[in-house]
Amino acid sequence: MKTTVQPYRGDRPPIFKTGALNWMKNNLFSPWYNAVLTVVTGALLYILVTPLWRWGVTNACFGTTPDVCKDNHGACWAFIQDMWPVFMVGTYPSDQRWRVALAAGLVAVLIIATLFRALRKQRVLHLCWVLSPIVIFILVRGGEVFHLSHVPSTQWGGLMLTVFLSLVSMIFAFPLSVLLALGRQSDMPVIRSVSVAYIELVRGVPLISILFMASVVLPLFFPPEMEFSKIMRAVVGITLFFAAYLAENIRGGLQGLSQGQYEAADALGLGYWKKTGFIILPQALRIVLPPMVNNFIGILKDTSLVGIIGLIDLLQVAFAATSNPKWLGKIEEAYLFVALFYWIMCYSLSKFSRILEERYQL
Amino acid sequence: MTDSASMPAPEKIPFWRNPTIRAYGFQAVMLVGLVLLALVIYRNTLANLTLRGINTGFAFLSNEAGFGIGETSAIPMINPGFFYFLFSTLGVALGLFLLFRYLIQAEGNGKNRFMLAAGGVLFIGSLGCFYTSISLVETYTYTHAATYVTALVTGLINTLKVAVLGCVLSTILGLFIALARLSPNWLLKKLAHAYIEINRNIPVLMHLFFWYFIVFQRLPGVRQSASLFDTVFFNNRGVYLPRPVFQENFALFFVAIFLSLVIVLFLWLHGRKRQGLTGKKTPLMVPCLGVMIGLPALVYLFTGTPFHFDYPVLKGFNFKGGMTLTPEFMALVTGLTVYVSAFNAEIIRSGIESVSKGQTEAGRALSMSEGRIMRKVVLPQALRVIIPPMTSEYLAIAKNSSLAVAIGYPDLVSIGGTILNQTGQSIEVIGIWMTVYLIISLLISIGMNWYNAKIRLIQR
Repeated sequence: MKTTVQPYRGDRPPIFKTGALNWMKNNLFSPWYNAVLTVVTGALLYILVTPLWRWGVTNACFGTTPDVCKDNHGACWAFIQDMWPVFMVGTYPSDQRWRVALAAGLVAVLIIATLFRALRKQRVLHLCWVLSPIVIFILVRGGEVFHLSHVPSTQWGGLMLTVFLSLVSMIFAFPLSVLLALGRQSDMPVIRSVSVAYIELVRGVPLISILFMASVVLPLFFPPEMEFSKIMRAVVGITLFFAAYLAENIRGGLQGLSQGQYEAADALGLGYWKKTGFIILPQALRIVLPPMVNNFIGILKDTSLVGIIGLIDLLQVAFAATSNPKWLGKIEEAYLFVALFYWIMCYSLSKFSRILEERYQL
Repeated sequence: MTDSASMPAPEKIPFWRNPTIRAYGFQAVMLVGLVLLALVIYRNTLANLTLRGINTGFAFLSNEAGFGIGETSAIPMINPGFFYFLFSTLGVALGLFLLFRYLIQAEGNGKNRFMLAAGGVLFIGSLGCFYTSISLVETYTYTHAATYVTALVTGLINTLKVAVLGCVLSTILGLFIALARLSPNWLLKKLAHAYIEINRNIPVLMHLFFWYFIVFQRLPGVRQSASLFDTVFFNNRGVYLPRPVFQENFALFFVAIFLSLVIVLFLWLHGRKRQGLTGKKTPLMVPCLGVMIGLPALVYLFTGTPFHFDYPVLKGFNFKGGMTLTPEFMALVTGLTVYVSAFNAEIIRSGIESVSKGQTEAGRALSMSEGRIMRKVVLPQALRVIIPPMTSEYLAIAKNSSLAVAIGYPDLVSIGGTILNQTGQSIEVIGIWMTVYLIISLLISIGMNWYNAKIRLIQR
């Protein structure tokens, strides 16, 4: 008897079991209520996105002069195209803007150099990083060094001011917070209670009250001859505020370290500062690096409050730019632009923090 | 023996290397330094204040304020009636606490019986006192002629209003977003993810400005108000809602509703306890429904309608009647809610995901329904992870409500700012702010820590 063997014809599995259709069935329409949910969500998305798309893209107009936006219902991106340098640097004199651009370029070069693994260990690069704040400060502020004209801090604004405030506050808050965290872990009752009191007091009050304090009360604390610029007051306020939050994060790192590390350092006969500097802090700070980046995101977002004490930061520059008679009332465009900047900065930083977390396998 | 003899006599440690003495030295130096700093600051401040002709002290608080506040609310007067009200409320709470302690404990013995009786008597008695005390509480509202204290108290009430509403709404919204983020539906999941990532990476002040300047101020004018069933109106002067107007005996009606709720809860807990002890189920549907409907209905028969609604009506250039929510209030509450809900959603999601999958599967193996698994297995365990970070979000709402000053909502900081500008008493005003916020933060922390301790895993 001859048995017929069905030759393999290369049949594919049914299309509903693989591929896009199966994915759709599983992820969008699997039980009936999921299908309903998909339809409702899709409709909601459509209702929300279509007007926004129509406003921002289809009906939008581009150019650099206000008359292109006349009798137009869409967004007027001409406003952004014309005013974007103001968003970047505020009222910084326009013929000196190249200095800010140069400073930003320097930072970009440094960052790119750091991305190369081979360069990362170079002493020169570390030195460049350490020196960069001073160089940038001189470059932006000027004042008879290298024949750069002096640009007083009252003229700083926009994105530049936001970045400046958050970076400088972070740089100053970091050592203060390390001391506070160590103080809170200390065995000495006076030092511990002073640290605890400071941390809890600051964490219990809103930033705005500290900013008001820095801007109104701080000058009262010093002899009348001493003058503080507004920016310096804001930096003092933000630094004092965030040092407390940062200190709590660092304390988490100190507590996360196993007790054996402390004991091993003691067994080697290291003194307190050697133990802390060589054994404890390098490990503790590595643990808290991701939360510290999140803390920096917090600083970046909260610098927007300095507008309340009269600085023109990235958020306030939106108001300043729309009160320009040429571009009166273009507030939606300004907001979207500013929000985009905040979002890109914060989102990329939070991604960075997640990468760090994965790298250290925490 | 020879070993110890050959060892040199231990060198005496000089006193400056003795850790104990060094610690004392450090602390003394620190203390002296701090005191000196405080003294210098004190002297400078006094000199600066005399230079500017500002008097120190809180005497200015009793001066007439003279400025207008856009949103005022009734402030209870501190008189015997108020204390009567306060104590009877406390009595009701204590009575309830005793009652339910009896039910939550597994065994019923003599001491607990006594607690039940004491709780019941205290509860019923205090409820009666509470009812009589309501009419004794007198209130006053802020006017131009009122003092700075009244202005600050009005601001504080506004702050609390926003903070409480923000906490409740952001938790509810956050829960929905978290559930959407966990849903198996791909589109919904991505949408929730986008919501979270967009909202939490934009400063909260920007949220407030967006809702104030772009949404609530761009609503149509009064005459073109958008309306919902002709009872709720939206326009650029605010949101107009129907306002309940209470009749004479309204309190009795609410007391009846409250009492019936307590009775139902009591019956339910009692039934659960009985089931735990004997395994028998108590039929509860009929008596519960009877109490829920019967008691308020009885009161209704005696007193008539407890309240009716006063609807907003367009008269001339504005709406008359009803209740107005100002654009500032709406923007502040919406902005804070949206911003914090993104954080809350992430907290809730990670809490739910932290419960191991085996727990859900074990629930299924016991043939529990999905809803029951969520309520009885997953959520109680997730709450332990959720509560601590949620506490800091609630604290953040209370503190961020101070951003009201940026959009002109009359909260504590914004009214304090006005006073600061009028009187120049910066130190006192900032001191008041900080004290009040510290107290609010402390209360939230205490409350949440108590709750956290309550639900914590009890390890034996």
